[in-house]
Amino acid sequence: MDMKNINLEDKEREFQAKIDADIRIEPNDWMPDSYRKTLIRQISQHAHSEIVGMLPEGNWVTRAPNLRRKAVLLAKVQDEAGHGLYLYSAVETLGADREDTIDDLHSGKAKYSSIFNYPTLTWADMGTVGWLVDGAAIMNQVPLCRCSYGPYARAMVRVCKEESFHQRQGFEIIAGLANGTPEQKELAQDSLNRWWWPALMMFGPSDENSKHTAQSIKWKIKRETNDELRQKFVDVTVPQAEMIGLVIPDKDLKWNEEKQGYDYGEINWDEFMNVIQGNGPCNKQRVDARRNAKENGMWVREAATAYAEKRQAKKAS
Amino acid sequence: MEINKQDALFEFVLRIADDSLILGHRISEWCGHGPILEEDIALTNIALDFVGQATNFYDYAAKVEGKCRTADDLAFLRFEREYKNVLLVEQPNGHFGDTIARQFFFDVFRKLFFEELAKSTDEELAGIAEKSLLETKYHLRHSSEWMIRLGDGTEESHAKIQESVDTLWRYTGELFFSNEVDALLLNEKIGVDIAALKRPWEKQVREILGEATIEIPAHAWQQAGGRTGVHSEHLGYLLTELQYMQRAYPGMEW
Ligand SMILES: [Fe+2]
Ligand SMILES: [Fe+2]
Ligand SMILES: [Fe+2]
Repeated sequence: MDMKNINLEDKEREFQAKIDADIRIEPNDWMPDSYRKTLIRQISQHAHSEIVGMLPEGNWVTRAPNLRRKAVLLAKVQDEAGHGLYLYSAVETLGADREDTIDDLHSGKAKYSSIFNYPTLTWADMGTVGWLVDGAAIMNQVPLCRCSYGPYARAMVRVCKEESFHQRQGFEIIAGLANGTPEQKELAQDSLNRWWWPALMMFGPSDENSKHTAQSIKWKIKRETNDELRQKFVDVTVPQAEMIGLVIPDKDLKWNEEKQGYDYGEINWDEFMNVIQGNGPCNKQRVDARRNAKENGMWVREAATAYAEKRQAKKAS
Repeated sequence: MEINKQDALFEFVLRIADDSLILGHRISEWCGHGPILEEDIALTNIALDFVGQATNFYDYAAKVEGKCRTADDLAFLRFEREYKNVLLVEQPNGHFGDTIARQFFFDVFRKLFFEELAKSTDEELAGIAEKSLLETKYHLRHSSEWMIRLGDGTEESHAKIQESVDTLWRYTGELFFSNEVDALLLNEKIGVDIAALKRPWEKQVREILGEATIEIPAHAWQQAGGRTGVHSEHLGYLLTELQYMQRAYPGMEW
């Protein structure tokens, strides 16, 4: 073994020791290449999810039923854009380029949360998305506030505060509908029926099929497994549905006294894999929308750059 | 035509609210489709300000009217001919330059208008105007900066924004519309001398367009009609979308 390798092994050992001692890794600290790559992949996927996530909700901004709901929805979508922005900044601290990662999204190389490939068909979906999707996002993200990588952990602290606000707003919409007219209650139930399983899929493949989990947990990029988080989500959400008189669309759902949690039915993993591979109901539409936004806006960016350069030149002369 | 003070005030406030609602709606159509993420955030934020302004002005209009209608009733449950916004704000978004030019023309007007309205003897109205003025200054800075960047950016952006200005110029004259409603309220020191805003508007617009190397269109023809409820064909579709939930599920709360 040559000196270079010995050094690398020492560095890796030192790095793992820091992680084990819960010392945060900062951008200028040494880190293994694979740690950096994993983080770039995970954080940029998270950023893309925030941005693509603007689309299903943006779909109802112009049709919100009253002024207050319109304002709240706009504010929520604006928050999601802000989350995207912090997360892209966190990616850049790892030496990745924001626009390169965005181009990966547009080419289909980079993934984003599978949930946003489902359509928002009724106003009730604005409630369900907040309640379940932001709810699941919180489950996923609260542990990330203790992630080993400093900039990501700090971004998550900020993001989680806003996500829990979104979750409450969403639940408030759905609770109102569930207690509203029969038509409104039906809207709420139909929406829950459509979103429940896709929401459970948000936690990713089951632990036995999750290829990244073990290493990520060792690095404290991930602090709980997919199945652990999914179980927590089910346990928190089922009583909420019961409280407002909605039925979770799972005939196998029942309380398990021994594990002090709910047992739930088998997730349709074929559907999940299909959506991940680009065959969900809205995959093409979502990615096209984002790509078009960039392509149609290219002349605007170019103008801004050209103008800035002219200004710079004028100053210099 | 005789008009009493209450009716005049209702009409006057409605015009302001409708301008805010319809423009806010248009900007919100950009949500998720902006040319860069930072602009998505800025445009959503501006849309949000306009929805907030609309809410404040509708609330007040409802109070002035005194017929138990709410802000939401006014925003969502009138018919096309009852909306009193100017034609400019209902024009489609087009490309980013079209949206920015529409915004810029309106922002220059709105800032001048709110500066005057903030001096109204109607304290409630003055209060809403003052709050809205703060936001409007930010909107104007945003739209002016983009006018300059696009105008003095690339050849392509210059051509595009010049075309936007040429197209939208015909809707700017209506910003200065006034009739007996304004005359009566001006007399009562509640309203604004809208005609007097035209010169400062032109001056400020010329200044920014000059810096942006954009030419002021030579044609002088001006379209009008919005303030009297005679709109462009675009408004009907906008309202269809805006009112969908209220029309589909009458009388329900959300
Ligand atoms: Fe978010
Ligand atoms: Fe998130
Ligand atoms: Fe959220």
